[in-house]
Amino acid sequence: MNGWSALDRFLRTDPRDVGCAQAMEMLHIYAELAADGAPVEERYPGVAAHLRACGPCGEDFEGLLAAVRGEAG
Amino acid sequence: MTEHAAALAGLDAESADWPQALACTGPRREEALARLHGLLVRIARKEVARRGPRLQITGPELDDLAYQAAADALVAITSKLGQFRGESRFTTWAYKFVMFEVRLEAEDWERLPDRFGFDPAREAEWRDLLVALHRAVDQELTARQRRIFVAIVLNNVPLDALVIELASNRNAIYQTLFDARRKLRAALAADGYIDDDGWRRS
Repeated sequence: MNGWSALDRFLRTDPRDVGCAQAMEMLHIYAELAADGAPVEERYPGVAAHLRACGPCGEDFEGLLAAVRGEAG
Repeated sequence: MTEHAAALAGLDAESADWPQALACTGPRREEALARLHGLLVRIARKEVARRGPRLQITGPELDDLAYQAAADALVAITSKLGQFRGESRFTTWAYKFVMFEVRLEAEDWERLPDRFGFDPAREAEWRDLLVALHRAVDQELTARQRRIFVAIVLNNVPLDALVIELASNRNAIYQTLFDARRKLRAALAADGYIDDDGWRRS
């Protein structure tokens, strides 16, 4: 990645992004629906936008999704 | 029936049973705590293994981290049982706390000496101080103050990136960190590490 694309990614924000607190409040609901194959990005676009943009929260989501899928499997 | 009770009533049997078992007393609660702890350890181990390559720790320390995260998650879950509203399976809600605790346990506190320029050759002089600082961060700061401290001080996240991540503004984040710094200095002063003239080296 060069400086231009890094800067572009840094500057690009999604106005639907709900922020860390609300995304973490919803995380268990979002992850369970995602594991069930529900269209969570359409249902909760603000949470989806946040999880794409925020590394630590996205990491928590990936971990919880793996845990839920592991339970189901 | 309250909305909360109605939501819980609509749950699968296992998810409905967990909060009741954990809220009661005696052998039923003890059995539930032990069973939940076992589940949390299993999930924490998997999560630690998943994040392992990025944690920069290996071997027995990974297992220690998983056990500590599971123990802390159990405390968080039992203290927040009333917040479980039945919007997901109980275990999904509980595992969320494992994710949060693994993230906290994985914070790279080993970077702190380098961040402040402490000389590794003189670790004996500053090791206790940094342990006290870590303790003060855990015990004295609010969740938001702690998050901002960790992001800026440990993880070197640029202030403007944090502004976006937390949907905040520079002034609010600066003020939060400002308040956190005051609290931490007061805690270290109370422990005898610092006074108005500066550091009191042992």
